[in-house]
Amino acid sequence: MKIAVTSTGKTLESAIDPRFGRAPYILIIESEDGELLEAIDNAANSGAFRGAGIQAAKAVADRKVGVLLTGHCGPNAFSALEAAGVKVGTEQKGTALDAIERFKKNEIVFAAKPNAEAHW
Amino acid sequence: MIVAVASGKGGTGKTTVATSLALALGSRSQILDCDVEEPNCHILLKPEITDSYPVNLPVPSVDKEKCSLCGKCGEVCQFSAIVLIGQTVLTFPELCHGCGACSILCPERAIQEVPRRLGVIEMGFVKDVEFVQGRIRIGEAMSPPLIREVKTRINRDKVAILDAPPGASCPVITTVKNSDFVIMVTEPTPFGLNDLEIAVEAIEDLGIPMGVVINRCDIGDSDSKDYCARKGLPLLMEIPNHRKIAEGYARGVPLVESMPEYVDKFRNMSDYILNNKH
Ligand code: SF4
Ligand code: SF4
Repeated sequence: MKIAVTSTGKTLESAIDPRFGRAPYILIIESEDGELLEAIDNAANSGAFRGAGIQAAKAVADRKVGVLLTGHCGPNAFSALEAAGVKVGTEQKGTALDAIERFKKNEIVFAAKPNAEAHW
Repeated sequence: MIVAVASGKGGTGKTTVATSLALALGSRSQILDCDVEEPNCHILLKPEITDSYPVNLPVPSVDKEKCSLCGKCGEVCQFSAIVLIGQTVLTFPELCHGCGACSILCPERAIQEVPRRLGVIEMGFVKDVEFVQGRIRIGEAMSPPLIREVKTRINRDKVAILDAPPGASCPVITTVKNSDFVIMVTEPTPFGLNDLEIAVEAIEDLGIPMGVVINRCDIGDSDSKDYCARKGLPLLMEIPNHRKIAEGYARGVPLVESMPEYVDKFRNMSDYILNNKH
């Protein structure tokens, strides 16, 4: 299954960016072998005036990702991810590698609701 | 002539200036409260409302049967208010600006427009002054379309006085756009000056002549005056921190009624504006 992690950089060793819509990069990782498939450049999106979270959710869903690991997720992005069947693990810290490790050990608690305010 | 009354922050006396200017000009004026989130001209003016109507914004509703999941609607929307995600088209009505692009572009004609209530327009009179206000629906966040609707009520034969929302953001620009003159109301304090500078810079870009009214002119320092001089902004009026004004305001009495000597001052200000407008 594919996993998306919001990141400050392009590698698995980069620190997780807690913001979903406004993270510089979104890493797409194959959970089976931990391979980094793609680092989505989210810059255009993160500078967007509105709806950054929704566009990021679309980018993730378009890549048929099953799980998103991030810090916070606002209500609009959350409902978009929910509609696409992407499970959201929030409050993630450390690097993408750490998050994948936690996922493999079944340590992720998936969010049932958004944990951030909408950005107007 | 259209005169907008603005201020960098709330509570500077913007509404005091707008309402007093309207009352001083009497039947020559029309007042339009564009501060739709918190319209309060009516508190001082106590208008008789004779007419009102609701204002709606057309937002998309997708017929899932007809939709082919082509995604064109989401590509055209600048506000992410409609998006194809997975196997569904999601809409976020509260982000929609009602531009209609998505429904026009949908190849399957799967998008219908349904109304979202923004608020109401209320119209009436204060003695012989025409009164108009917009009032946003509680929980609604998008005020510019409602402000534009208020402005369709502008009577070109009168001095139309627009009471703008406080600040320097989009609703303020929506209000002051196409005005002939902007009156900036401020207080002579460091905070007041800071907010004044931000608002002046935002409005400057529109190329509309501006002037400044300093309210409670005797409570602070002279920095605001120095700023106006530096910027070449005319000082239209200074209103002292008079007990009679404050007491009147607290009881909902407009400045020109608690201090009738201000009627002429406001008339003179209007004459000055007429000669220096756009
Ligand atoms: S009407 Fe305009 S703003 Fe609203 S969803 Fe359609 S394209 Fe977006
Ligand atoms: S443009 Fe029309 S057909 Fe295409 S995804 Fe949107 S609603 Fe469906």
